[in-house]
Formats: sequence, structure tokens, C-alpha cells
Amino acid sequence: MATSSRLVTSLRRISTPRVAPSFQRFRFRPANQIRWITAASSEPHQPDADGTVKGAPAPAKTIAFTSEKYDVQRDSKYAQLSEDHVKYFQELLGSESAVVDGVSKDATEDIEPFNSDWMRKYRGHTKLVLKPQTKEEVSKILKYCNDNMLAVVPQGGNTGLVGGSVPVFDEIVINLQKMNKIRSFDDVSGVLVADAGVILEVADNFLAEHNAIFPLDLGAKGSCQIGGNVSTNAGGLRLLRYGSLHGNVLGIEAVLPDGRIIEDLSKLRKNNTGYDLKQLFIGGEGTIGIITGVSILCPQRSPAVNVAYFALESYEQVQKAFKEAKGQLSEILSAFELMDGRTQRIVHDVTGKKMPLDGDHPFYVLIETSGSNADHDSEKLQAFLEHVMETEIVSDGVLAQDQTQIQELWSCREGVTECLGHWGGTYKYDLSIPIAEMYQVVNDLRDRLTEAGLLGKEDSPVIDVVGYGHMGDANIHLNIPVRGYDKKIEKLLEPWVFEWVQKRNGSISAEHGLGISKKPFIGYSRTETMLGLMRQIKDTYDPNGIMNPYKYI
Amino acid sequence: MSGLRILVPVKRVIDYAVKPRVNRAQTAVETTSVKHSMNPFDELSIEEAVRLRERKTVPVEEIIAFSAGPPKAADILRTAMAMGADRGIHVQVDEQTPLEPLGVAKLLKKVVEASNSNLVILGKQSIDDDAGQTGQMLAGLLDWAQATQASKVEIGDGGEVTVVKEVDGGVETVRAKLPMVITTDLRLNEPRYASLPNIMKAKKKPLEKKTLKDFDLEAAPRLKTVKVTEPPPRKGGVKVEDVDGMIGKLKELGAL
Repeated sequence: MATSSRLVTSLRRISTPRVAPSFQRFRFRPANQIRWITAASSEPHQPDADGTVKGAPAPAKTIAFTSEKYDVQRDSKYAQLSEDHVKYFQELLGSESAVVDGVSKDATEDIEPFNSDWMRKYRGHTKLVLKPQTKEEVSKILKYCNDNMLAVVPQGGNTGLVGGSVPVFDEIVINLQKMNKIRSFDDVSGVLVADAGVILEVADNFLAEHNAIFPLDLGAKGSCQIGGNVSTNAGGLRLLRYGSLHGNVLGIEAVLPDGRIIEDLSKLRKNNTGYDLKQLFIGGEGTIGIITGVSILCPQRSPAVNVAYFALESYEQVQKAFKEAKGQLSEILSAFELMDGRTQRIVHDVTGKKMPLDGDHPFYVLIETSGSNADHDSEKLQAFLEHVMETEIVSDGVLAQDQTQIQELWSCREGVTECLGHWGGTYKYDLSIPIAEMYQVVNDLRDRLTEAGLLGKEDSPVIDVVGYGHMGDANIHLNIPVRGYDKKIEKLLEPWVFEWVQKRNGSISAEHGLGISKKPFIGYSRTETMLGLMRQIKDTYDPNGIMNPYKYI
Repeated sequence: MSGLRILVPVKRVIDYAVKPRVNRAQTAVETTSVKHSMNPFDELSIEEAVRLRERKTVPVEEIIAFSAGPPKAADILRTAMAMGADRGIHVQVDEQTPLEPLGVAKLLKKVVEASNSNLVILGKQSIDDDAGQTGQMLAGLLDWAQATQASKVEIGDGGEVTVVKEVDGGVETVRAKLPMVITTDLRLNEPRYASLPNIMKAKKKPLEKKTLKDFDLEAAPRLKTVKVTEPPPRKGGVKVEDVDGMIGKLKELGAL
């Protein structure tokens, strides 16, 4: 999990005092960077484009190979990479920097960042990284791989949480970072067309100049690429307001394993002509083709943003508050984030920063509104706040009075992930559960671990069981901060958590996807019939199975 | 001694986290539909006044928040009252003809006299025009003691005020008797959030609306803004293909 260097950086960021003891903060901190903190992250905070984390790749040698950690064998149907293969790719792509060749020479260091993920959980054995610049190049690469039975892994910003974008064995990494052009933006319809490798934050900054906003926001925005976002159907914070990528993506351009290119960069919102094939690529995690371009509907950027932070006494009150928020704030409500009291205490203990509210409360909620008219919004918000205070739905709360306070309040939510890793590690579950029962999983698991004697004492191996997440999307992040990863704990967690979710018809992976880590558990959320159909789809698109093998379904 | 009657002037400025933009005509900074908040130094002033009351070493009779500005300035007076000020005074001034520091100081002098204040705590500067003059001018006009850039304020029950000031490379401790003018610096305190119950209470606190005429003042500007310009944009970098390209470029620039 969080390495010490990463943790220190992140903590420093969080613990910046409200008013820094120096005038510098006023003068030298460029406004556009501040957004980094505000950026609502879904799950966890990740290295930023200009960020410190990315620039300091820790010695990857210490990450265990995925192939050893998971029960998986290299499929002998795939060919071994040879120097001839490399030569073909070098001639095809031309430029020196487009091929990182570890076959004919030793390039371990250059290849390492493509072989492992930022969480240092997954690590592959790839010997070749290709960075195509055009869809035609992607097409030729895939056709060649398909003909020669070479397995591939499409890779974007490599910020995933489930090991979907790192190779397991020697699959060729096809990294899209060189396809990074914004192709067009129509400010009447709000349709953006861009290459898959455009970094989310770059796209969002571009849109900001046109008073539009990318309908997705997450902590890794400085590194992740929109092609990867679409391929994994990333959720994030703005989902409550703008909906999922299944609705916002209007078209894609994708390359199939046999080299055929699907040209469907539609700019139409309506198109009822046959099966909607692009939906298979959205959240397909690169198992049936590589997305090389996206056209996406981008809403107007809201000039007026308000943030409030409440304390509530029970989960019932949280649900009431959510209902009231939907009712009274309706169209301006842009985030409703839940954090339990334990996460906030951990943030406080780890960062030492002053929390917005005094006293301990079992639940906290962060509400954000975004609208077009500051006066209207604040009038609505005031009415809502008065109502929830008077009816005692919330027991205490604060309202940010300026941009700095907005960021401070957001950091109470965003700082959670990093702080949880403070003691050594965190087991993370990203679950969708019907809202009424959503938080119960946290209490049940806590009871289970306490009974087993793993939690509750000063030196227990488990620090706590906490829950936080996107209340508005019925998506909870169940996190178990521990002193170290331990089989004894894992046995109590799995499959118990998945069975718990299955009983309530929830999903074992709400927004993080399957990758390699959730693949064995998909049966808890999908029936055999559905899995059978999924496998048929996979076989239709990728009969040789070269696309991102050993993962997904 | 009798209690403290604290006056805290506050200003509505463009939020410090917002990047200001110069308008097309280059006559001013664009203010329409830009987020405004309380001048951060003034937040410190309010916080300090409220903390003096909470500390209870000297009774605080009242805390008045004052602002001279456009109608919207009432919002930040409400914020000040939500943080703990007892009442507000709002002198409406047209946005097109803002007051200069001397005008504000003259106005504050009248307010101090009318409300019989014995302590004025102001921000050391406002982050929009960065003049940093009002506190000093006010102390001069009132002929009061002044301590600028305060990072710590202590008031004894005999009315002695000890202020630790931020000075270049260190601190300086000064002492004076009330009445006094204090200007605040960043290290002084950490302003609180406006809590919901207090925001609601603040709505019921009195907010007086006044004009310059009520104080027999005219404040014609003495300065004319000739031109406002943005700093030159940073020059963009260039991308190189690979390491050799970078080395070549560095050599070309004479860096290697």
C-alpha cells in the first residue's frame, strides 16, 4: 500500500494549516493547482501529473510478481516474444521512443513502470512496451499479435486498483500515452472528441476554457487517461450529478484484435440503430479491443459551488438527509459523500489537523452543490440547511465561506484513503449495496473481526473497520486498515464480504472493475447464464484470446 | 477597567484561491461572476476578537463587524456575525468608486467615535489592492497606539495590550495601553468555520445600513487607475522525443 514516501507527501498536503505561517501561500500558490485538492476523488488519491509520487518510483523489486501471488499459469498457447517480433514493431513504429525493448537488450529499469502499478500490488514480466501514435499503428500491432499469438495488455495511465492494466506474464504492453490529442470540441452541443491517451486533467482544463466540464472526476485525474477511464467505466465523484460513462460516451473509436477499426465517433445523443456495441467497450477493461478515441458529452461547468459538512447521529439520519438533499437541492446537488466517524477520527489522528466540527459523531456527510447562479444556489442551500438543522436530522454542521474552506472540507473526504494506509496496509472493498443496508456491512464485519479477537485491543492486527463513499450512488468503500497483510485476516474477510453482498443483490465491484483481483469473485454478482453470454462475446471479438488475458471474466 | 468594545472592519474581495483576470479594457480586474469572500486577514481579525471574548481575561462588551462596499458586502458581514460578531454596520459604496485607504480610515474614525470602540482589529492589508495603509492611517487620525502585523495579542485586566509583531526575520514584542489599533498577520490564529447554528443565529443579528452621507463624508478618489496588466505569461516548454533529444536540447541551451 502507501509507501512511506508517498504517505509523507500526501500527509504534508493534507496537513497544510488553514493559514500557513507564511505569506508565500498567498502569493505563490497558483490558483489552478489548488483544484488538485478539491478534485473529488472516488478512490484513492493517486499521483498527480506534476505530483511528487510519480517522479519517485520506489524500487519495484520489492513488489511480488502477480504470477506468484495469484493462482495463475501462463497459457502455453501464446507465443514467446522473439527479436524478430521486436524488429517488426520497431520498423512499424519508427521512432526510437515508441518501443521499449527488453527482449534484445536489458531494459529492466525502463520497463518497470509499465510492469507494476502505483499501489505496488501487481507486477508482471513484460519485456516489450509499445507506444503507438495512431489508430492505424494500433491496428497493425494488434493484427500482427493476433496472427502470431502474442498476448497484449492495453494500458493508459496505469492508475487502476485491480491490476487490470499491468501484465501478468510477458504480455506486450500497448501504452496509449502518445495518442494524446484533443480532436475537436463543439461548444454548442458540448461534444468533445479526443484521443484515448489524453490525460483526464488535460481534457478537463481544456474544457474549462470553454466553460464546460468533463463529466468524470477522480483523484487520479492528473495521471489517468480518458481511454482508460472509458475502458474501466470509471465512476468517481461527479457520477451523482452527470451519470455514468455508459450515458455520457456518445461514441468510440476502437481497434479489434484482428486489426479491424470500429469507427464510431458519433456525436449524436440519439441513435437507435441496432445493438449499441460501444457499450461493450465501456467497462470492457481492454478484453475485446483497444479504445483509441472517444467522443463524450460534456456539460456546462458550474460557476457557483458550495460545500457543507455535517455531523449526524445515525445512519437513519444520513438517509433522511440524503432524501432531503435530493428533494430540496435537486438539480444543484453535485456530491453527497458519506464518511463514518471512525474515518474522520483516523484522518484527525494521522494528520493532526483540526477537524471542522468539535466532538465525535458517528457519521459525517459532505454535500456539494454546483449551479449557475450563486444567489439562487445559496438561497436553496440556506433553506435546506435550516430545515435539516431545525428538524434535527443533522446535529451540527459547517458551511464553507470561501474557496479555501471548500478545499479544506473536501480534504476531510479525500484524505481518508491515504490516512488509512498509515499503519501498514488496507484491505479495500468497493461495494454497491442497496442504500438502506449499505452501512450495515461495516458493523457486521467489525463484529466478526472483534469476535475473532483480531480487533479491539491496543496491539490488534486490525486497526479498525471503516466505511465511506458515494452515498448518492449507493457505493460504499469498505476499508480495513491493518498493521500488515495477513492470511488469517484474509480468511475472515473473503468470501464473507462477497457472500454478504450477494445476499443483498449488491455488486462486489461498484466502480473499480474486475481486473485480476476481482475476477474469481464475479460469480457473486453475475449469474452463470450472464457469464456464459459474456464469454461468448469475448470469443466473438477476440477468438484467439490475446486481449488482456488472465483477467476480467 | 470597563470592557472591550471591539470594531472589526472587513472587506469583500475576490476569493484568494481564484485567479484574477484583467478586463478587456485593462482598467480593472474582472469581478462579475467571480467568487468573492472575506479578505483572509480580516477573517483573522474577527477570529481574534471572538477569541478575546472566549478567553475571558477582559470582558468583551461588543464586537462590531463593519464593511464599506457594494450591497453584496452584507454577505461577508453575515459571515463575520456567524463567526461571532454581535452586530454589523454596512456602509454602501458603489463598486465603481471604491474608497481609498485614507477614505476608509476617515470613515472608520467616525464609526469608532459613534460606537465608542476602544479596540480596532483590522487585517494588515486587503488582498485585492494590497495597500496595507488603513490601520496605520486610522491610528494616526485617532491618535491611538498601534501595533501592526500581530501574531499574538494579549490584553491584561488593566487594559495593557501586549502584541507580538511579525517583523523581517523575527518577531518584536510591544506593549501599549488601550485604546489601540491592531493589524493582523497570518500566524495570529486559525479562523473557525461558520457553523450552521451560528449561521442561522447570524441572520437575526442586527445589520445597520448606512451611506457615506450619514457620516458627513465624501470620498472622491484621488488616484486614477491608468492601466491594469497581467504579468507576462510563462513561456511554454518544448517536448523532446527521447533522452538523446533532451541532451541535445540542453546542449543547445548551454545548460550542459
